[in-house]
Amino acid sequence: MSSENNPSRVRSGLGSSDFRTNLAFRHLKGRMFYLLCLFGSLVGILLLVTLINDIRQDGFSYMSKHFFTNFPSRKPEIAGFHGAIMGTLWVMGIVAITSFPIGVGAALYLEEYAKRNKLTSLIQTNISNLAGVPSIVFGILGLQLFVRGTIGYGPAICIGEQCGFGRSVMSGALTLTLLILPIVIVAAQEAIKSVPPSIREASYGVGATKWQTVSSHVLPQAMPGIMTGMILALSRAIGETAPIIMIGALTFVAFRPEGPLDPFTAMPIQVLNWISRPQAAFHDLAATGIVVLLVTLLTMNTIAVLIRVKLGRSSSR
Amino acid sequence: MIDSASEGIMDKGTEQESNSPEVGFALDDSKESPDEMEAVAINIDALSLWYSGVQAIENVSLQIPDSQVTALIGPSGCGKSTLLRCINRMNELIPGVTLEGQIKIHGENIYEKDVDPVAVRRNVGMVFQKPNPFPKSIYENVAFGARINGYKGNMDELVRSSLEQAALWDEVSDKLRESGLALSGGQQQRLCIARAIAVRPEVILMDEPCSALDPIATQRIEDLIRELRNTFTIVIVTHNMQQAARVSDKTAFMLAGEERIGRLVEFSPTQELFTNPSDSRTEDYITGRFG
Amino acid sequence: MSYESRPVSARYRQNLRNNLGGRLIGILLFLCASVTVVTTIGIVAILCIEGFSFFAEVSPIEFFTGTKWTPLFTSKGFGVLPLISGTLLIGLGAACVALPLGTLTAIYLSEYATPKIRSVLKPMVEVLSGIPTVVYGYFALTFVSPFIKEYLYPEAGPYMAISAIIVVGIMIVPIVASISDDALRAVPRELREAAYGVGSSRLEVTTRVAFPAALSGIIASYILAISRAIGETMAVTVAAGARPNLTANPLEAVQTMTAYIVSVSLGDTPHGTIEFKTIFAVGLTLFFMTLVMNVISSRITKRFREVYD
Repeated sequence: MSSENNPSRVRSGLGSSDFRTNLAFRHLKGRMFYLLCLFGSLVGILLLVTLINDIRQDGFSYMSKHFFTNFPSRKPEIAGFHGAIMGTLWVMGIVAITSFPIGVGAALYLEEYAKRNKLTSLIQTNISNLAGVPSIVFGILGLQLFVRGTIGYGPAICIGEQCGFGRSVMSGALTLTLLILPIVIVAAQEAIKSVPPSIREASYGVGATKWQTVSSHVLPQAMPGIMTGMILALSRAIGETAPIIMIGALTFVAFRPEGPLDPFTAMPIQVLNWISRPQAAFHDLAATGIVVLLVTLLTMNTIAVLIRVKLGRSSSR
Repeated sequence: MIDSASEGIMDKGTEQESNSPEVGFALDDSKESPDEMEAVAINIDALSLWYSGVQAIENVSLQIPDSQVTALIGPSGCGKSTLLRCINRMNELIPGVTLEGQIKIHGENIYEKDVDPVAVRRNVGMVFQKPNPFPKSIYENVAFGARINGYKGNMDELVRSSLEQAALWDEVSDKLRESGLALSGGQQQRLCIARAIAVRPEVILMDEPCSALDPIATQRIEDLIRELRNTFTIVIVTHNMQQAARVSDKTAFMLAGEERIGRLVEFSPTQELFTNPSDSRTEDYITGRFG
Repeated sequence: MSYESRPVSARYRQNLRNNLGGRLIGILLFLCASVTVVTTIGIVAILCIEGFSFFAEVSPIEFFTGTKWTPLFTSKGFGVLPLISGTLLIGLGAACVALPLGTLTAIYLSEYATPKIRSVLKPMVEVLSGIPTVVYGYFALTFVSPFIKEYLYPEAGPYMAISAIIVVGIMIVPIVASISDDALRAVPRELREAAYGVGSSRLEVTTRVAFPAALSGIIASYILAISRAIGETMAVTVAAGARPNLTANPLEAVQTMTAYIVSVSLGDTPHGTIEFKTIFAVGLTLFFMTLVMNVISSRITKRFREVYD
């Protein structure tokens, strides 16, 4: 028997005669499925490119110094983004100041202090459910709780004539704080979890208290992760439109807020205002505003990545 | 176009099968290993392997006899599992693996360019360290490979005969529709053996099949291995020397040096290797001086 | 009282003080965590209090079965069905876009992409969910709608559901892709190897072993994505129009629950009126729809984690 006559099962894939292994057809199907998956993933990317290209085409016609220094106007050629930029800065400043300590505090509680009991798992479940609540519902919450200082039943919280914070920077910021708090907490929890337990044990071993251990060892180690999560949460808040429309951010603002109780507008609100106008010139203004918004988001995300890469490396030493 | 392609394969197939593939084609392989009396099923020739550039196996040559049980033993990290997984090209699923040398199964180099790894694995079955039944019914676990490979016969009979061969039929015949995960560890492993033999492979590779099992389950698997060797060529990796001594006809001892590169030290009939090793390192290992 | 005379006891006192401070910090941190619980209670309380006062004036039967939603007109209709149908049309339509694309993307990422391609493709897909929704609104209004009008359906008005469906669909692709990818990658390697070991091709391993094993996680991602689409506000406000419309035709303008709430808050409806209270009733309906979906989704996710842990 020469080797040419020998049926090679490993080459043909054929088994005993009961099998029709049919590899060629199976591989053809596999190939087609692969192409289908590749196509499916590329559709998303293709649409992303189309979207960016659509904005890029119109987004630079009004890009000038005036766009950053002027207030909105009926005349598109002198209309600007100044009020919106300042409003967003004000709101984001307060959101950062409030959401950071509360978010990190809650994460520390859940990771380091809380007992593993029903209450803790209730809080944890609540946080993940809260993350799925539509942002407009947060807007309704903010409208009652912060703008009017009431939950709709019983007396409102008033100081003199002023009940709640009114339609102000403060109301917008607190609403967005509650909105991003679940994101901040979960990110901070992940960062705290990733600190190895040996560090805690070493600290307890030299007689440190829980708070000393947490504040001087766990938190510094977790800080890059917390900062990254914080920045990503803020970049989510910057783009949020619905909740601050609900609390009554104005759509036409020819001034900038000087304090936390002033009325305000924000970048996405101004963009929405321009989109809603029928004239094409305002659509171009909207595109210009979107470019500013997207560049801001891109910058923040880049910073977040840099922090993760750089600080993550130095603290692990 | 699809039809003609598949037809072509099938024509070739029937032609080849008329030569009764189950029997005689290992005969002329004996030319390649004149020292051996028995027919060679798997001829590993100067095999070296690298994981992302780091060498794991160097220059292993081994003639695994047909329809016998061959054991690969050695301390952990000696490359015995890696070598086993070369025989059905399973290592290719890990990115960054490169390989030199040849493995011929019944004279056919399975690493030649036009050989399909799927075809190789279809004929070289594998049983893994941890029992890994699919999260499907017992029946579907056994039928899986046969369905995929276009089994034309009576599926119920195939499932039954495979489970019988795997010495599991009596225990599961009344609950074939229940999940394979509901079985005990030892039963799961025998289910995995049934799954492997259901596609009627030529070779069955076993990667420490008893390491996750208790002694009684282990004994049942060992009995099973001894029975299956009449039908299949079996290669078994084990870290348990007694097991190798109990079930295998031939034993290969592998060892990794300081550089952690696995090499073949000795390959002899099992009895000879355990009673009269020719290499002092083998003797050190089997007498428990290391590993 | 004198620390100097009894150093041992003084040390205990010192520790006791620390302990008090520690407990105070613990309480403070607990208060931080309870902010989230208070938020939920606040949402439920506000929606219920104002919602129930709405239902004191309008019967729930009229609200949930009526087919005319004209609360701001002189002849008032309080049937929320047109808003629910608009919401479901957008939500399910977006699912038709996102579920296939997201699933294919997840399969490509987990089963086919090399680590290098994956490290580029996955962030790019996730960018889609980081873009503010008002930007999607702009894209729908200035690109998608004109495109459809010009090439596919010239009779369409400036607002149409399909345009919102497409952009919301793109927006939720990353949710499906990301969570399904995680679920597929959580399928143990041993299972894949078992399938390869009996001679399966990659397609068969993917479709017959990995996909069924990951199915619960994949379904959880579907539910979560649809819930996100239902809660989406700005893109639908901008693109789908503001006409409560009981229709299943995606080429017509529709109004969703979220878009209605925005339209009221942009207008000058005074607080305390029945017209204004509609937003709480609609908000309550929306809140429970998304809550139920999210709870189902997280239950399923938990279960599939337990299977493999």
